[in-house]
Amino acid sequence: MRKWLCVVCGFIYDEAAGMPSEGIAPGTRWEDVPASWACPECGVSKADFEMVQI
Amino acid sequence: MAPITIIGSGLAGYTVARELRKLDKDIPLRIISRDHGGFYSKPMLSNALAGNKSAEQLLMKSAAQMAAELNAEILSNTGINAIDRQAHQLHGSAGVLAYSKLVLALGADPFTPELAGDAADEVLSVNDLDDYRRFRAALAGKHNITILGAGLIGCEFANDLLGQNLQIQLVDLAESPLSRLLPPAAGAYLQQQLEKQGVTFHLGSTTQHVQRHGNGYRLTLHNGVQFDTDLVLSAIGLRPRVTLAQQAGLAVQRGISVNRQLQTSDADIYALGDCAEVTGYLLPFVMPIMQAARALAATLAGNTTDVRYPAMPVAVKTPACPTTICPPPAGSIGQWQIEIQENGLKALCVDDTGKPLGFALMGSANAEKQLLATQMPAWLV
Ligand SMILES: Cc1cc2nc3c(=O)[nH]c(=O)nc-3n(C[C@H](O)[C@H](O)[C@H](O)COP(=O)(O)OP(=O)(O)OC[C@H]3O[C@@H](n4cnc5c(N)ncnc54)[C@H](O)[C@@H]3O)c2cc1C
Ligand SMILES: [Zn+2]
Repeated sequence: MRKWLCVVCGFIYDEAAGMPSEGIAPGTRWEDVPASWACPECGVSKADFEMVQI
Repeated sequence: MAPITIIGSGLAGYTVARELRKLDKDIPLRIISRDHGGFYSKPMLSNALAGNKSAEQLLMKSAAQMAAELNAEILSNTGINAIDRQAHQLHGSAGVLAYSKLVLALGADPFTPELAGDAADEVLSVNDLDDYRRFRAALAGKHNITILGAGLIGCEFANDLLGQNLQIQLVDLAESPLSRLLPPAAGAYLQQQLEKQGVTFHLGSTTQHVQRHGNGYRLTLHNGVQFDTDLVLSAIGLRPRVTLAQQAGLAVQRGISVNRQLQTSDADIYALGDCAEVTGYLLPFVMPIMQAARALAATLAGNTTDVRYPAMPVAVKTPACPTTICPPPAGSIGQWQIEIQENGLKALCVDDTGKPLGFALMGSANAEKQLLATQMPAWLV
């Protein structure tokens, strides 16, 4: 499982944890997060996230 | 060759640089800023108090880190005060600097409210990281704060200050908060939720006087209401920084005028972000800046690209009433339909054929955000 970083605010989407509060189940791969999903912290789009190796 | 030069190290300037580096790793790039030049997330300034974050903690990357990451020269603490378009040169505190192409990413200044009284110039505003540091320091030991302006930023600060054990007043000329973005019924709902948490609203009037009084201030509104407060924060709006462009003879309206290639009236000078007016649109928000930065980076890399604005919902960071607003496209005419839910409110703006134009979702209605966002018309196709 990978992690993705919002380049605007530093929020991290962790595939393992998902975002249950936003309707994204734990284990949801980045590819399967809807394109209309936005950063819960700053509102930027999915396209403004970059993969980070942790 | 003189470098591509960006003035401004905010979100607009740094996003253009980051996107450009994805397309061209080597082209010489210089970024100039009169501030520290470090990267921080400006939206975080209005929800950082609740997390007890210091200005230092909000700084994500220093200017030196950004320079290394972007393979760019960064001149921080360097103000530019003139553009010589003929010579392709900038004049400022670092002397004369040549540019090949110039990007203005200058941001906007907070409006100064017109106030009388001996403490009028002690009113604070928070529009950058240094402002936030001052504001946070000024809050120490205070019990009562007044925010002028119940717009996006005013409401966010009011909510963020709730955890600080303060009395909070919010003053606005309109009859409901966020009046420029929300229909009155939705504004009233947000107001109720903030009131439940302890915010006091003074609506339908503005502040006339700020007098020193004891250790704090006495405020007088135009409607005669008077109250005492320890600190005053102004959040009544922004004015794009256009002076530099204006003095260089570039076309300026409310912001620096640019076409869909983000190009000013000078073919070698571009502008984006809070300082720019893109074919009539003044959109001081993160999402439009990301769109503009991506298009401009492509153009700078040699592939002339128009900016597109899809519908871009804005999340209002008021945890007391989570709110998402997708304003109808400028110039469109519609009616708001309001649906009150048990724990929220849904406002949908539709045209006379019933086609959706925009929305505002509060509380439980946010569940429909993803779906609705895809149905909204683009702002700039
Ligand atoms: C408190 C707050 C909360 C916000 N929350 C949200 C939100 O939740 N969602 C959202 O979408 N938007 C939000 N916004 C708006 C968003 O943050 C801004 O639109 C965006 O950050 C503007 O970026 P910018 O790069 O255009 O301007 P700025 O970040 O202001 O950058 C301007 C830069 O220009 C430099 N500069 C200016 N003049 C000169 C000169 N003459 N010489 C050299 N350098 C110069 C400055 O030093 C600075 O580096 C918020 C804004 C604020 C203030
Ligand atoms: Zn983010």
